[in-house]
This record gives sequence, structure tokens and C-alpha cells, in this order.
Amino acid sequence: MATATNPFVFIGCVELRQALDRHALDERELMDRLEDVPAGSIFYHTHGYFLRHRPMTTAYGNDFARWAAVEVRDQALAERLAVVDPFGFRDLESLREELVTIVSDHLRGLTAVPRAEPGGAFHFQQSHIVTVELGPRANTLAEFRDGLAGVDASAIYFHMVEARARLGRPSGDFAEWMRTSLGLDALAQRIERIDTFMTSLERVRARVLGLVDQALETHAA
Amino acid sequence: MIRLDDYRHVAPPGVVDIIQRLSDRVRDRRILHLSGGRFGEGPAEMLSTSVPLFQDLGLDTRWEITGGDATFYTTASALRAALEGAERVLADEALAHYVEMNRINAKKLRLDADLVVVHDVQPAPLVGHRGEGRWVWRCHFDASHAQRRVWSSFRQIINQYDAAVFSLPEFGRRLSVPQYVINPAIDPLSEKNREIGPREVTTILGALRVAQDKALLLQVGAFSRAQDPVGVVNAYRLVKKHYDVRLVLAGTAGDDRESLEVLADLRQAAHHDPDIVVLELPPEAHLQINALQRAATIVLQKSVRVGFQLTAAEAMWKGKPVIAGVGGGLSQQVINDVTGYVVHSVEGAAFRTRHLLNNPELIARMGAAGREHVRRAFLVTRHLMESLALLAHLTG
Repeated sequence: MATATNPFVFIGCVELRQALDRHALDERELMDRLEDVPAGSIFYHTHGYFLRHRPMTTAYGNDFARWAAVEVRDQALAERLAVVDPFGFRDLESLREELVTIVSDHLRGLTAVPRAEPGGAFHFQQSHIVTVELGPRANTLAEFRDGLAGVDASAIYFHMVEARARLGRPSGDFAEWMRTSLGLDALAQRIERIDTFMTSLERVRARVLGLVDQALETHAA
Repeated sequence: MIRLDDYRHVAPPGVVDIIQRLSDRVRDRRILHLSGGRFGEGPAEMLSTSVPLFQDLGLDTRWEITGGDATFYTTASALRAALEGAERVLADEALAHYVEMNRINAKKLRLDADLVVVHDVQPAPLVGHRGEGRWVWRCHFDASHAQRRVWSSFRQIINQYDAAVFSLPEFGRRLSVPQYVINPAIDPLSEKNREIGPREVTTILGALRVAQDKALLLQVGAFSRAQDPVGVVNAYRLVKKHYDVRLVLAGTAGDDRESLEVLADLRQAAHHDPDIVVLELPPEAHLQINALQRAATIVLQKSVRVGFQLTAAEAMWKGKPVIAGVGGGLSQQVINDVTGYVVHSVEGAAFRTRHLLNNPELIARMGAAGREHVRRAFLVTRHLMESLALLAHLTG
């Protein structure tokens, strides 16, 4: 199989969280704060959810939906927010606009503003991602497969979520490398199509591995 | 001595490698921790684990403590209580003495480092003597209900730092410096959490005179109203009508009036019921707490707003479902209906205890989920990783 023109470097990451001293006690406050928090906070509570979500807990899709469901017990708003796919927006401002519109439309149909239970305020945060290079570099698809299988899950997040949503690499790093360094267009397209919304990083890893294994078997045959 | 590599078999796969790679990024930085003492819970417990691990990574890490006279300790203690929301009278002269003692400490200590982390209240004014390097105030308690007047004055000290670190976003208050969030963590290899076999557990419980002939409900914590041990006794009584269980309340008592009153109430309750066991243990009874948590069927932490409280994580690490009070760090640790239950009342605690006793398969399932949750979110390796990320972020 072909050797890459550039090796693939696995990057793991650690999320350093920062509290923003912006809080919401009810759904109107949530809407107001959504309008003025930094874009990084919108990213943290939507895309960043996938770095923190564990399959054993109930999936809500983002922190706003979780808050509406658990702390406010407003299941209708929780469902409307949960369905927002952060990967479906061209930028964070469009995503912010959608979230504000959903809460605004929801409030228009209510006579009273739903409020969080005592101690259940929403605390806006943002994060700083600190990156580290992990493991040996991959020069072939087989080496890539070995590296991906053993790398920390934060690397899946970095290459499949952070790269696409915040670093301006819309294909994601895995697909981009396969296309530009290995010339594997078809495999790159399949990896691009993996739905990273509402799943776990381990499942994304398994899907990428499955596609790579198929490609390796095809080549061997 | 415990080495970082020893954590490979308990931490999630890959985490130790990330820690080593992160430490390579900050290899030449010097770190200094400043705290009020080397013993006890909170910063001392955390630093006694993490400083040797930083040193094992080859990082130049020092831990210094500050000292003072009786007036200094009394003032620092009152200031801390006021910052936690209690009513305290703080005279201007006492506060001036507190600052002056820190000036004297600053003369004795070597404060040069690339990152200086100052823990809690006692050494906080040392920042007034800062040199080069970045200074971070690490707050280990919940300051969100601080007395307003006291906070207004104390925040002027904290605003001289480059950043503050709180255990939860809701534990902080308005500051002009960035506030980072790092949850505390347990050390799975410490005396309090290391693996011990059933035979050793039985021996330790025998020494504590706790029989293992029936299901054991356990609460670990100080004998204070904030921990609500009396509420736990009331919940136990509701459960006892249906199940033959034993309740163990284990903890330390302060010498303050409240502690003595709570302890007296509990002893009174225990006097009339041999299945209520009140164990007053010294702060260093880590192995005994370990054994009790391992012997427990269900662990209760029915506290009412008492900071982060890692006792829930300790119990979950031992595979026990936890029934926890609402708020603070307990809500963060216990995932309702997955690793245990979050309850709002004595009746809620009793109902959930009965529910678990009636569905023993849930006890095993929640216990296993709790251990995995702690493995990912509340082990010292995660804490180390985020501390290194903070160091890398602040020192460039």
C-alpha cells in the first residue's frame, strides 16, 4: 500500500475549562445570555459536549438541552434544543442564532417563564484546548489503523470535532490526510460522512476503524 | 514511593501517556505550591499526592507552607468561615495582622517560580510580594455564599493574581481575573482508596466493632449539621421498618458546640438502637474509612451544601451506589439513576434506599457504573492532566 507524502500526527487534547461568571436561573435568562456570551462558550456547550459525554448517561445532545431537561424539567424545550446538530451550521454565530430562536419561540407560547430548581442555575463556561502529539506518526494506512486503535479518545475529538468546527478544516483531519497524502478519495469521502452527532467518541473511532479495515482488506485482496 | 506508571492499571487507557507528553511541553518550568499546612484534607491531601507525581515527571516542583502566630491562625480561620458564608466578626487590626504575617512569610520563602499556586485563605496575601512568573489562587471551598463585605475586601487580594481556580463554576464569585475550573480528585492508590481484600476488611471492621451480619448503610463525614447525619438516622428508621439493616455513621467531630450537639444527638439515637453505630474516628483513619466503604451495601451522603465532598467519589470507586443530597460537588459526582440517586429529603433517601435493597441487581449495576464514572472523571490522573494543561496555558 502507498506511503503517505506527509505522515499523520495524532494529536490528543486536554480541555481547560473557564467559568464566565454568566448564569441563567430561568429560560429567559438563558436566551439573554446566549445572545451575549463569547462564541467559545457556545462551542463549549455544544460541540464540546461530545468530549465530556459518556455513553452510560442519558444523551441530551448539548448542555443547554440537558439543563432544560434536568434542572428546569421543561421536556419540550429540552427536545427542541437537543435536536440542534452543531455540525450542521456554517459558523458559531449561525448556531447561536438558532439556539436563541428556539428558546424565544418556545417562550412565546408560555404564560410563565420556566425556572431552574434551587441550585440548578446554568453556568456558562468556555474552554481552552491544550494539545499534545501522541504516539508514533503514521506513514501508511496500516500504521494509521494501528495508531488510531490505541490513541486516547481525545484525539478522536480533536481530529473529528475540533478540527472541523473550530480550526477551519471542514473535512476533518482523518479524511483530509487520506485524500491529500494517500490519494484515497473514496475512503476519505466515507469518513467525512460519519455522523459525529449524538454518538460517543469510541463509536466514532470504531466506525473509522471499520472503514479503514475494509479499505485494507480490499487492497490485500 | 508511588510512581506515575503505577496508575496505568487504574486510569483510563492513554491518560498516563498524555500526562507524560504534556509534561514534556512544560519540562523547563518551575512550579511552587504555597499552602497553610502539610496535613489534613483539602489542599494538603491533594498536594501530598500530586507534588510527588509532578516530581516523578521530572518537573521542578516545590511545596512550601506558611506559618504564623495564634492570632494569625484565628483570623485566617474566621476569614475562611466568612468566605464560606458564616457570620464572623473580623476586626481591621486582625486583618492587618493577617497581611503582616504574610509579609514576614514572604521574606522567609523563595517565591521565584514560573507558576506559583497559592492554596486557600491563609497564604493568599503573599501575592502582594510576587516577582516574575504567573500567580494562581486555588480555592478549594465554595465561595459563592461569601459574606459580601468580606468578599469585597478579599477580592482585592485575589484580583492581584493572574487567575483563580475553583472546583466548580458555581463556587466562584465575580473577579477581574479569569476563573478556571478543575474538579478535585481522589487518589486510587492512597490508603483511603487502594484495593484491600475481604479478609482485611473483616479484620478492620472487627476492630471497629462493626458486625457484618446484615446489610450496611454508611455515611462518612464530619459530625456537623451540614452533613445532616441526623437526617440519615431518620431515613434509616424509615428503612428499618422493612429491612433489617445496620447504619454506620463514621467521621470526625470538631470541638465546636455544633459538633458536640450533633454527636450527642447521634449517641442518644444509638443508645436506643444497637443497629446504629456512631464511629468517631481520627482524621488519619484512612484505612478504616476504606474498609467501611468496601463493606457497605449502600453509601449515603445526605449533605446540605458542603463544598465538593469527595466521599461520594471514594464510595463509587469501591463500586457502591451512592444516595446523595442535592447541590455542590455531590450532584456533579452522582449521576442520578445511573450511579446512585440524588435526593432532596429524608423521605427521598429512605425511598431510594428501600428501592435499592429491594432490587439488589441495581446495586451491582450502579456500583459498576459509578466506578467507571470515577475512573474517567475523578481520579488524580485527570486532575494532573488538567493541572498540566493550566501550567501550559498560563506559561505559554
